[in-house]
Amino acid sequence: MKSDTRAKAAYRSVPVIEKSPTGIVGLDEITYGGLPKGRPTLLCGSAGCGKTLFSMTFLYNGAVKYGEPGVFIAFEERPEELIKNVGSLRYDVQTLMDEKKLAIDYVHIDPNQIDESGEYDLEGLFIRLGFAIDSVGAKRVVIDTVETLFGGLKNQLVLRSELRRLFNWLKEKGVTAIITGERGDGSLTRYGLEEYVADCVILLDNRVEDQLSTRRLRLVKYRGSAHGTNEYPFIIDEQGITVMPITSSGLAHDASTERVSSGIADLDAMLGGNGYFKGSSILVSGMPGSGKSTAAAHFANSICASGKRCIYFAMEESPQQIIRNMRAVGIDLKKWVDKKLLKFSARRPNLYGLETHLAAMHRDVSDFDPAGVVVDPMSSLMGAGLAGDVHSMILRLVDFLKTRGITALFTNLGLGSAETTTTQMQVSSLMDTWLLLYNRESNGEHNRQLYVLKSRGMAHSNQIREFILSSDGIKLREAYIGPEGVLTGSARLAQEAKDRAAQLTRQQEIERRSREVERKRREITGQIADLQAQLANEEHLREQVVEFEDRFAADRIAMGLSRQAQTANSDAISARKAPKARSEKK
Amino acid sequence: MTDQDGYNLRLYVAGQTPKSIAAIANLKKLCDQHLNGRYEIEIIDLMKNPALAQRHQIIAIPTLIRQLPEPLKRIIGDLSNPEKVLVGLDIQPT
Repeated sequence: MKSDTRAKAAYRSVPVIEKSPTGIVGLDEITYGGLPKGRPTLLCGSAGCGKTLFSMTFLYNGAVKYGEPGVFIAFEERPEELIKNVGSLRYDVQTLMDEKKLAIDYVHIDPNQIDESGEYDLEGLFIRLGFAIDSVGAKRVVIDTVETLFGGLKNQLVLRSELRRLFNWLKEKGVTAIITGERGDGSLTRYGLEEYVADCVILLDNRVEDQLSTRRLRLVKYRGSAHGTNEYPFIIDEQGITVMPITSSGLAHDASTERVSSGIADLDAMLGGNGYFKGSSILVSGMPGSGKSTAAAHFANSICASGKRCIYFAMEESPQQIIRNMRAVGIDLKKWVDKKLLKFSARRPNLYGLETHLAAMHRDVSDFDPAGVVVDPMSSLMGAGLAGDVHSMILRLVDFLKTRGITALFTNLGLGSAETTTTQMQVSSLMDTWLLLYNRESNGEHNRQLYVLKSRGMAHSNQIREFILSSDGIKLREAYIGPEGVLTGSARLAQEAKDRAAQLTRQQEIERRSREVERKRREITGQIADLQAQLANEEHLREQVVEFEDRFAADRIAMGLSRQAQTANSDAISARKAPKARSEKK
Repeated sequence: MTDQDGYNLRLYVAGQTPKSIAAIANLKKLCDQHLNGRYEIEIIDLMKNPALAQRHQIIAIPTLIRQLPEPLKRIIGDLSNPEKVLVGLDIQPT
């Protein structure tokens, strides 16, 4: 314990590189804090891969978020062009310049105008840079792109030694600098700038595969700091630059026992009564028109109804179209959109490459922080890349959503049997719950059916249910198993009618029987009453006779007593005669 | 001498560096030899007036700019090669 704290203290005393945050989402994560403070960083890449926007973002964020003014030395674009270009990212550079938080110096070199005679140096550039830095008190500097000098000046020896001096000078000034460089053949930069800038090198790349381009970023080196080494996709859009550190395939996400309703009461019942697990991934696969989107809309609706947020990634339909269609089955999604609980993010799959799709989804999810996500349909992403890539992308998306505890529902379109189409992407194993929807043809009709192919960690129904799209959503019907399989549609209705008739007959039989029994009961009760009355009568008669006999005996005793002449004999005789008299009476 | 064919030259230097001093000396010598009083030289020390570096698009030091006659011409270096300077300034050697 003691040695542990000592080690920690020793560790803390070791000087570590200070970092200057770029404010670019994702980049500060993979660099563990930003670019090396007070040192130059080389940003290289081929034309059009976003070097200028990248470096301007660095300056803009520095001035706006971190209170570090900046200087932009532009060799290629005039200030007014530059301001307009970055205006597309909603960067108000002009205001920053007016507030003396940013300075732009445009260095114009026209090789046709310049003759060389004798020795020279680039002190003029240093003076300009120094002047610009002092004018705003800059902590950040961008030089974009210094290589233009190579085209303008003939004396390469002077140029190289001056560049070396420039980078040292920047270090001495203590400014955090980005030097951009054009990508060369087989080397990072055309003129070997990486020789001079050795602290941090970032490579931007814009690759086109299958006519779709994906921007990627890689930290080639970062001296004195740990850093992510992979290629990270990044996007440039109206929200600026976002780098996506999405390569983690961790399996450390929590497994929640909380449940999330599917939005379909009958389906919840099939899934052990409570719906999906929170944070699980659900695959809804089926043929066209089998009701996948409706199932997805139910899910989104139920998330929003519980007061949580949901993102609906629509790949094939526009949000308005989805809202209209779902209204027809009684789901009002518009209401949730208005309440800002539901966000539609509609992008055509072939709009850009898979990585960019993933990056965009990543950012949407990070920004909106939803409890549920719908990707409808996932299968259309097949059009945006190769099967292996799609699988890898879905894997990372699932992992990402799981680590955030987001319940995700993916729909998947299959033309053949559901099993074969889904294994194309081999995503079924990533999914926790798999619902199969299909249209089965029987008796000249197509009827929708649903069953839960798998659902990890819960007891789920094994039944195939018919499901009906009614004006208030999906209803699942108990399946009828007939001699020729499951009965659906009108066959089921016929069966139901038959059942109703049979039930009616049974009901009537029961009622008839009950009446019969009632009648018998009354009859027998009557008979019982009769017999009881008879019995009572008999009883009564017997009592009368007994009474008479008693009185007779008493009379005889009274008579004997009155004669007073009775012997013991005569007593005995009279006792013997008495029963005789009684029997005579009968 | 008229204003039309007169030379208006500006030499940008940065402090009293050997290159700057050499450039000034070389320029004066050259003008005296070939321009015969038809010239004006303005020496601008950017160390004293750094804002001018940006305004006049100066990168290299020393830089000589021919303001007049038009068009504008630039020669960088300490002007140690007189032939090149003469060609650069479009001066017919006398």
